[in-house]
Amino acid sequence: MTTMKIVADTTRCVGAGQCVLTEPDLFDQSPKDGTVIVLDDDPPPELHRAAREAALVCPSQALSVEE
Amino acid sequence: MATSEMSDLRQFPVIRTCPYTPPTEYRELARDEPIARVGLPDGGWAWAVSRHEHVRQVLNDPSFSADRSHPDFPSQAPAGQKPQRLDEADRTILTMDPPEHGPARRAVLGEFTVRRINALVPEIQRIVDEQIDQLLAGPQPADLVETLSLPVPSRVICAMLGVPYADHPFFQVNTAAMIKRDTPMPERREAFDRIRGYMSDLIATKEADPPDDLLGRQIRQRRAEGAYDRRSLAALGFLLLVAGHETTANMISLGTLKLLDDPEQHAKLRADPERTAGAVEEMLRYFTIADSAVARLATADTTVGDVTIRAGEGVLLLGLVANRDPDVFPDPDAFDVERPARHHLAFGFGPHQCLGQNLARVELRVVFDALLRRVPTLRLAAGVADLPIKSDASIFGLYQLPVAW
Repeated sequence: MTTMKIVADTTRCVGAGQCVLTEPDLFDQSPKDGTVIVLDDDPPPELHRAAREAALVCPSQALSVEE
Repeated sequence: MATSEMSDLRQFPVIRTCPYTPPTEYRELARDEPIARVGLPDGGWAWAVSRHEHVRQVLNDPSFSADRSHPDFPSQAPAGQKPQRLDEADRTILTMDPPEHGPARRAVLGEFTVRRINALVPEIQRIVDEQIDQLLAGPQPADLVETLSLPVPSRVICAMLGVPYADHPFFQVNTAAMIKRDTPMPERREAFDRIRGYMSDLIATKEADPPDDLLGRQIRQRRAEGAYDRRSLAALGFLLLVAGHETTANMISLGTLKLLDDPEQHAKLRADPERTAGAVEEMLRYFTIADSAVARLATADTTVGDVTIRAGEGVLLLGLVANRDPDVFPDPDAFDVERPARHHLAFGFGPHQCLGQNLARVELRVVFDALLRRVPTLRLAAGVADLPIKSDASIFGLYQLPVAW
């Protein structure tokens, strides 16, 4: 079974929220400054595709997935 | 560059004359020279970047500055009308670079998170329904811009900021003057000063007992951090007010036009409300209304594709062309509400990507869902070729959209 690790660089994050729109089960935003909160950095296989899409659409490339 | 070489360059701005098809000059650039020198109205030149991959690279590279008040920043304004250098207190997140930009954006980001914007849906729904009630109660044909496109985002941003909507004729007229390319500089400056003065006076009335609206919360937050300055908050309020109504309004008009003019896509959308969010992304990609508004100034030599852009050179990021990059969006000129289009560049890219993008998305989704459901017989009351197009503004759109039902 393939595993995945989601890595977020909150210093780069600009709070666009594209990751939350992609998969709210994996991502949320800090209510204070809007930066990313990773809810599950080791997502189940059925969410791998969404995690990759979130990394693709992230405008500051603050998200990456390691597989 | 030698003068003889300058005269051979394609001249910008390129005027959009068709709501659907990008100008021929754009297509030629994308095909022949995806990173090309182009001429500017002031006699200078800049790089025009057309490919999706390269636009993303430039907009996410800190060696390209967003300071549009820098004297060397590439401007598509008529000669002699380049923006003036801003006073320190009037600068906003729009023009800031690192390290100052990040903290300034984060100071207001909490207002625009997906969660916060989703909490506004009931109020947005109420506003949209009231405007559709007004549309249906009025004579036919009606102008959709006047009855729906402009009032919805305008009322929403007013409610969010804590700006009295009754004042909207004032800031709509002044915003229109500011974004028209041929508004002479003194008038543009006066329009700018009027809205800024209005915002500053409004904020002053909120200082004694800051209300629970965006401006009031910013006063409290900035005071708590020992950084409250009325003029600086007025500059931000001004930016949010102007950015918050003109852009979404144009997308409502253009999106409605396209649906009414494309029965097959219209039917697809009406058949399944789950498609609306995706359709909104496709509309954003297809129209890319702020395509001429995104530019940068190189502050270090950087290689983009096979071109070295030197420090001090300007770059225009052609989002409209990049959003029709066939390597990224197959059959790019087709409008398809089922296309995966979320990686479009209509909101820009990089640290300056549109702060209000999730507000815009929600407004558009609510508007199209309500229009399709409540006015299923809506139709165009003018030919597409006869529509008054905003080809003279830095934000593309329609001045009027006559409809009947």
